[in-house]
Amino acid sequence: MARMKFLCDADRCIECNGCVTACKNEHEVPWGVNRRRVVTLDDGVPGEKSISVACMHCTDAPCAAVCPVDCFYTTDDGIVLHDKDLCIGCGYCLYACPFGAPQFPQKEAFGVRGKMDKCTFCAGGPEEDNSAAEHEKYGRNRVAEGKLPLCAEMCSTKALLAGDGDQVSDIYRERITKRGGRPETWGWDTAYKKGDA
Amino acid sequence: MRAETITRKPRNRRRIAVVTVALSMLLAMALPLTGYIAHDAGMAWAQSDDAAEEAANPRAEYWRAVREGQDGYSAVPGAEAGVLVQNGGENWRSLRDGPLKFFGGSLLIAVLIAIIGKHLAMGKDRLDSPTGRKMTRWSGFDRALHWYVGISFIILSITGLSLQFGRALLIPLLGKEGFAAWAQLAKPVHDYLALPFLVGFTLMLLIWIPRNILRSHDFAWLRSLGGMIRKDHPQAGFMNGGEKIFFWILFFGGVALMVSGFYLLFPNLGWERETMQLSHIVHSASGVFLIAISLGHIYLGSVGVEGVLEGMVSGEVDEAFAKQHHNLWYDEVKGIAPPDKSSAAPDVSGATPTT
Repeated sequence: MARMKFLCDADRCIECNGCVTACKNEHEVPWGVNRRRVVTLDDGVPGEKSISVACMHCTDAPCAAVCPVDCFYTTDDGIVLHDKDLCIGCGYCLYACPFGAPQFPQKEAFGVRGKMDKCTFCAGGPEEDNSAAEHEKYGRNRVAEGKLPLCAEMCSTKALLAGDGDQVSDIYRERITKRGGRPETWGWDTAYKKGDA
Repeated sequence: MRAETITRKPRNRRRIAVVTVALSMLLAMALPLTGYIAHDAGMAWAQSDDAAEEAANPRAEYWRAVREGQDGYSAVPGAEAGVLVQNGGENWRSLRDGPLKFFGGSLLIAVLIAIIGKHLAMGKDRLDSPTGRKMTRWSGFDRALHWYVGISFIILSITGLSLQFGRALLIPLLGKEGFAAWAQLAKPVHDYLALPFLVGFTLMLLIWIPRNILRSHDFAWLRSLGGMIRKDHPQAGFMNGGEKIFFWILFFGGVALMVSGFYLLFPNLGWERETMQLSHIVHSASGVFLIAISLGHIYLGSVGVEGVLEGMVSGEVDEAFAKQHHNLWYDEVKGIAPPDKSSAAPDVSGATPTT
């Protein structure tokens, strides 16, 4: 069984924001919602690094633990999804998430946020695969079509890797061996438990 | 001489006991702190190790800063979009799902058991000899304010507790869909009722301050728990000692509740996640605590003590009630001079005397 993970190679990411655009276009997410974002550290100075980040689909997902209506579930592939029909828009997942992944379509007074939206690893939601209802709420379900997330597929420098954790780390390890330097599986120590292949 | 030592002995023994208990408590608190010294020493070692590592690999420091919430630049707009890792959420999660749920839930259950136990053991506190003559205790405005705040507090409590404990208690009963339907109603009700509650509650707390200033006879009341421990009738003015303590818990707990609630209610004002996490902890802790003491208030104000509810519903109480529970207020209204001036300074009363 695959265990899906994201890995962003900080030595390759050029902050083109292609992943962000691809994601928005593929899933037709509402205005103001960005399931993925690129963060640049030490912007404009030597040693600048960029990282593309979205939901990391954590092993022991904090969002799922704190959700008052228990709307999250983890698929057999280790993808963390949620049911928008149950979501009450309380924002607790946003308080708990270390990566800032949960997004809300509205930011209004009286805590009105609307239903939470986040990266689905292009795996849709609880509705029937690629049904109109699923597409409207969660965007396309590429995993059901045997494809991997579009952000990684579109990445021009192949900095962003998505797929089975073992294969992703094999590819990354090979790169490190060739180019030298230390491996930095950014965010993995926060998101994944040891031994979670 | 000898007689003196004998009489002193129990006192000495008590003093020794007190000092021993205090010392052992102090040690019990201080000893675990030595762990910090060991920890800090260890930290110093670890840091020098890291320093050596940084010289070889400057990236180590870089990624540590990222893990600790270092801010970067992001083209995507939004609060804290530049932060890659925010660790506060893990602390918030463990506080909310651990101590807050455990101690909050235990407190509510303990209060319910205490109320039921008290009622079974002591029964209703009845009036000794009702006279049928009435005294005005609560004005129409006071009563309207009380019930307005009380009813909104109960609605806010039920909706708030649903978000805190619903997943554990209500999902097994209602199912996920059923509970989500209730929660989707409960959340906006809680949010929109918050401001009207805030206005009423603030007004109530402010205008009832003068009646609730603690006086010397209130401490005597508290020492005998209103006659529950010693079977006497301790002195009380318009409000008794217990009611005053309840008021001041409401006052300070209420301020914490309303300030933290304000932050949770207006995420649009751009608070960072850390603020929301802290506000949530303060809000649910103060909320559960106020609910717990309000259960006691509701019990004593309804089935616990005869005559209280009548006063808050009709505004009038039996003279026997006033004499029995608020003797200083009764004397004041009736124009009876207090027997001892020092113990019975005139208590501010909100009611006008009637016959």
